[in-house]
Amino acid sequence: MGKIDDVEVINGEGYQLTTLDKAIGLARANSVWPLPFATSCCGIEFMATMGSAYDLSRFGMERMSFSPRQADLLIVAGTISKKLGPVLKKVYEQMSEPKWVLSVGACACSGGIFDTYSVLQGIDRIIPVDVYVPGCPPRPEQIIDGVMNIHELVKNESNRRRYSDEYKHLMQNYNIEIEDGKAE
Amino acid sequence: MEKLNNEAILNLIQGAFPNDVLFHEEPYGLLTIEVTAAKGHEIIEWLKNHETLSVNYLTNIAAVHYPEDAGREFAVVYQLHSWKNLFRLRIKCYLPKENVSIASLVDIFPGANWMERESYDFFGVEFIGHPDMRRILNEDSMDYFPMRKEYALEDDTREDKDDRYFGRNNQ
Repeated sequence: MGKIDDVEVINGEGYQLTTLDKAIGLARANSVWPLPFATSCCGIEFMATMGSAYDLSRFGMERMSFSPRQADLLIVAGTISKKLGPVLKKVYEQMSEPKWVLSVGACACSGGIFDTYSVLQGIDRIIPVDVYVPGCPPRPEQIIDGVMNIHELVKNESNRRRYSDEYKHLMQNYNIEIEDGKAE
Repeated sequence: MEKLNNEAILNLIQGAFPNDVLFHEEPYGLLTIEVTAAKGHEIIEWLKNHETLSVNYLTNIAAVHYPEDAGREFAVVYQLHSWKNLFRLRIKCYLPKENVSIASLVDIFPGANWMERESYDFFGVEFIGHPDMRRILNEDSMDYFPMRKEYALEDDTREDKDDRYFGRNNQ
């Protein structure tokens, strides 16, 4: 647990104290299960990122979740056409909370060079995005940098982010239904 | 049997449909004929069933928009191939913009199904008698035919693009 240094702790003889939020954030950040939604050349770069040369599994991410139910991080890499938009939204809706979105490449971020009638001009028109990675396509180092930024969010966000008014408001803007958390 | 060349093929078609072959040419050696749109279906069926010609394969259907060509704004282009005689043939039918419709070939070549849907999707050509005339590639909610030359290259009315990302101003 070399990473324990990142978290504020109080050390004493035989014990170590920190807040539950911080401990959970640390555990979550180092066990993110990504769902790769790869449609084009950015997907190839993402494959390189997963491969042995760049090795994303160093960060506890070797387990690709091809089912949205078990995924924490949606990695959208590639051009999303307008026809694919509802599919992507459905995948996002099926992911369980907490969830994050990494938008990889110019097309996913803004439509890229596909300034045309059939291409969605940025996935943030249908789902909220946490981190944008620019580039056409971005190099694996850039994708890893984006993932590191996601890790920072995961570590430092409130564990109860999904019950905050801000988050509910954001989801309302995207017309995405969430549980209100009253059951807990 | 004497070898079928473009001239012999053309003579056979003109012999059977004397009034319907409006124009013919041979760009790069490929026999291209324009026929009346109303007879397109009949001619292609005749070509397929003809004992000597036996044009048994429909390679492609495409549409073209010629917005300045009054009365014949839309062309439907059929590429045909005879596997038996190893020749190819291009047939064009022109349609006016007021009534962009032509008989479907699905009853002759089932493979025409998706090609005709594609031509409908992008150019709005209605294929009469098609079993399932709806869009194939674009989203169903689209209310225009994007490949028609009716739109400015830079469409100012679009709301889905953000000029900040493309390095240009709206001015």
